[in-house]
Amino acid sequence: MTLFGRPLAEIGPVVSMALCAGAVPLLVLFRKLPNLREATSLLVAVTNFALVLFLYDAWKRGVPIGTHIATLAPGFQLAFRADALGLLFALVASGLWILNTLYSIGYMRAHHEQHQTRFYACFALSIAAVMGAAFAKNAFTMFAAYEVLSLVTYPLVIHAQTPEARAGAKRYLTYLLGTSIGFQLPALFLVWHLGNGSLDFTTGGLLHGSTASAGLLTFTFVLYVAGLAKCAVMPFHGWLPAAMVAPTPVSALLHAVAVVKMGVFGVSRVVLDVFGTDTLSRIGANDILIGAACFTIVVASLIALAQDNLKRRLAYSTISQLSYVLLGVALLVPAGVTGGIAHIGAHAVSKITLFFAAGAIYVAVHKTKVSELDGLARRMPITMTAFAVGALAMIGLPPAATMISKDWLLKGAAAGPNVFVLVVLGTSALLNAAYFLPIVWRAFFKPLPEGAPTGRQEAPWPCVVALAATALLTIALFLFPDGLLHLAQEAAGYVATHGGGH
Amino acid sequence: MHEHLPVLVIVVPLMTALLIPLLSRFGGVRTAWTLVAAALGFSTYASWALLARVGQEGFVRYAMGGWLAPTGIEYVVDPLNAMVLVMVSSVGVLATLWMARGLAVDLAPERRSGYLTVFLLFVTGLMGITITGDVFNLYVFLEISSITSYVLIGMGRRRQALYAGYSYLIVGSIGATFILLGIGYLYQATGTLAMADLAERLPELFHQRNVLTAFAFVTVGLAVKMALFPLHGWQPSAYSQAPAGASIFLAATATKVSAYTLYRFVYTIYGPRFLIDVLPTARDLILVSACAGIVFGPLLALRQSDLKRLLAYSSVGQIGTIVLGVVLLDPAGTAGGILHMWNHAAAKGALFCVAGALAARTGGTRVKDLAGLGRRAPWTGATVTIAGLSMIGVPLTAGFQSKWLLATGALEAGMPLVVPVLLLSSLFTVIYVWRIGMLVWFAPDDVEPKVTSEVPWSMRIPGLVLAGLCLVLGVTSWAGTWAQAAAEALLR
Repeated sequence: MTLFGRPLAEIGPVVSMALCAGAVPLLVLFRKLPNLREATSLLVAVTNFALVLFLYDAWKRGVPIGTHIATLAPGFQLAFRADALGLLFALVASGLWILNTLYSIGYMRAHHEQHQTRFYACFALSIAAVMGAAFAKNAFTMFAAYEVLSLVTYPLVIHAQTPEARAGAKRYLTYLLGTSIGFQLPALFLVWHLGNGSLDFTTGGLLHGSTASAGLLTFTFVLYVAGLAKCAVMPFHGWLPAAMVAPTPVSALLHAVAVVKMGVFGVSRVVLDVFGTDTLSRIGANDILIGAACFTIVVASLIALAQDNLKRRLAYSTISQLSYVLLGVALLVPAGVTGGIAHIGAHAVSKITLFFAAGAIYVAVHKTKVSELDGLARRMPITMTAFAVGALAMIGLPPAATMISKDWLLKGAAAGPNVFVLVVLGTSALLNAAYFLPIVWRAFFKPLPEGAPTGRQEAPWPCVVALAATALLTIALFLFPDGLLHLAQEAAGYVATHGGGH
Repeated sequence: MHEHLPVLVIVVPLMTALLIPLLSRFGGVRTAWTLVAAALGFSTYASWALLARVGQEGFVRYAMGGWLAPTGIEYVVDPLNAMVLVMVSSVGVLATLWMARGLAVDLAPERRSGYLTVFLLFVTGLMGITITGDVFNLYVFLEISSITSYVLIGMGRRRQALYAGYSYLIVGSIGATFILLGIGYLYQATGTLAMADLAERLPELFHQRNVLTAFAFVTVGLAVKMALFPLHGWQPSAYSQAPAGASIFLAATATKVSAYTLYRFVYTIYGPRFLIDVLPTARDLILVSACAGIVFGPLLALRQSDLKRLLAYSSVGQIGTIVLGVVLLDPAGTAGGILHMWNHAAAKGALFCVAGALAARTGGTRVKDLAGLGRRAPWTGATVTIAGLSMIGVPLTAGFQSKWLLATGALEAGMPLVVPVLLLSSLFTVIYVWRIGMLVWFAPDDVEPKVTSEVPWSMRIPGLVLAGLCLVLGVTSWAGTWAQAAAEALLR
């Protein structure tokens, strides 16, 4: 297939971004025609997903993907390509965007939200930025996409424009811009310097075989990870609970999937393709990341236990789960890396389900607190069943996809010298059970409060369809994990490659 | 005609400026505006054509009246001044377009023709400084541009404008006198005024006291004219009091032409070895004041409640960034400084267009009057947002590219401390750009916007074009390639 006389696979990543960003003028044009505006959003989301699927297929067939846009300074290029890790991220984000758009239509309308055109336009721009990061060929392109994502999600966080929304959004952008300018940019600069003027992601590591001192390399690594604050590793996690003031569709897709996953995706890139597992294990810098990730996993879960606000509890759970990815990647053994990367996809489908459910509860019965959910399963059976699936996923029980990724994580932890990681993973599973199962138990087995209405009261159908779909996806990825695992293994270098992709 | 472009680019607007008082008797301001637009349109065409020719031939020389230098005056165009020429003339045309409807914002009808004449002379003066290959001729054009700029500033609507113009006149005259003295010393030492001859003769005379003194005089004089920290005192009042249309052009280009002149003196006339081998102290001094400006400019901008003053202080920082390229004396750093002239002209020009729109709608330029602007004037809101992001140096905007080049250049030049300085200034810039962005887009719903509607398209387009440039230059390598060619030519 060709477009403008060039193979579609070659320019696919750019077309995808242009498609998402190009939706914005149409959305603005249709601002007075909500049905047409939402139809445009959906159509673009579906087309974009189809395009990413096409790229996935092309990658499997070994067709070269990507193109070079411009060299802005020596060794400093705007360029795109596709590999297993990037495709996994792109597939997850673009696929869930469709369901999230559907969900948004139900949520935003039922809620009579203001500024809906701005909302859909910024959403489209966010996905464009995610595509840019997923298909980035080098660290600069990823950095640019990372910054754009911070900026275009800002209007989504401040959406309600209430004093809380302003305060939350301020915290959000201060953390994200402050760390990316203060840490990531200098790290990028150091990598450029250490990598002899190159920033290209390289299998095995751009800095593989670097003769720089271990101290400098470790410093650069720590600086880089701190600069990727979207991964919400402690102590750079404060922005994520603050971002929960956004409308739920934003929390669901961006602050459970796209934005936070860009953080862990970025760290995976840094570990695998910038430093390389060999270099990191030589200098031992991964131990710092393992330590930070383990700390975050346990402490974020402990904080989550104490939250009564459902979205905040979910937010701290996200912080904890993101560190699973960091932990897996930091183990530096193929099984661990596979588990970490597979967790990007597995956690995405299950956490978005939980957020969808939380938003549906808010829309349908206006409840935001865990303590208010008694007996709710009788009024919202579909929503609460989906929530239960998501809750099982957080613990890592069947029939949820996260069981697969956590299984690989355990394999990776057992293989390495850091056996205490097994203890951390075990503790975390128990903690997750402690703060998710009571919610399920409340909803299903406690009676409704006295005097409360008892009739069925599900959220608008687009919301229900969306959350049912993501719950089914969570189960489907458990039953048929091969595609996800294959991408993760490929990214981790776990199996001998077959059929190209480099 | 094409071989005469180097001189026509100056002569056409110069002669037109003389004709305006005569011809504007017929048709008034409209005639005057048309003449200015036509003259600057021609100059813009000519400078782009020169840029293209420099791209092919590397160099364009033009001997005035057929008298070869050093007897006559020579105009020399290399990639560096072709770039500056394109910048000055193009922003001149955009500012003229803005003035088509924008003159009414702050000028009484009877003053407009005169104002346009002076404006055209001002642009011509700056273009003359840029293109000439003779230091005395440079001084003449410098005086043309200086005197006209005092007048332009003094024509502002408020009484303070007279004071601002007058204090700039005092300080600017001292600066210009310093430059003249420096040129005098150079003539005394070498017996020539042609830049090419000076460049040849100076290296043997480097240790003569008058050659060293000349450098000091010229540098300090230029530092005043370009408002390099801590000699920037005149600039905030001058920018904020000048009429809106003039301030767009003034802020976008005027100080940059002085910075260009410093590049010329350091690289072409004295040669890069001078600062390295003979006078490293001067290099350190310029570096320190550039870095101080880079940090303190945006820091002072944070405290301003007037948009034009805020932007003026931010210019103090940006000019420091441009001057960094002079002292880094390294291909990447020099290219970064040169590129930053273009990038900052685009961003600052766009921002002053917005300040002009604000003046047109509210009668003032208070920052807080931006509240709710995005709701009623989304195009203007987009302009200020994009240009602001480029000022920060967000990746994919023009500002990032030049700052990156400067940072890499600083590392190569063994001045790694410049990198955190650049980072710090970006972080400070984030604060005020964010504040403006919040006002423009996220003002509380109960705030009634002071800007109730867009300005006419002729006043919107210049800002949008410049803001668009901030994006286009940020994702293409075109400008960077030119800047690198210019740096290479300077360092050869």
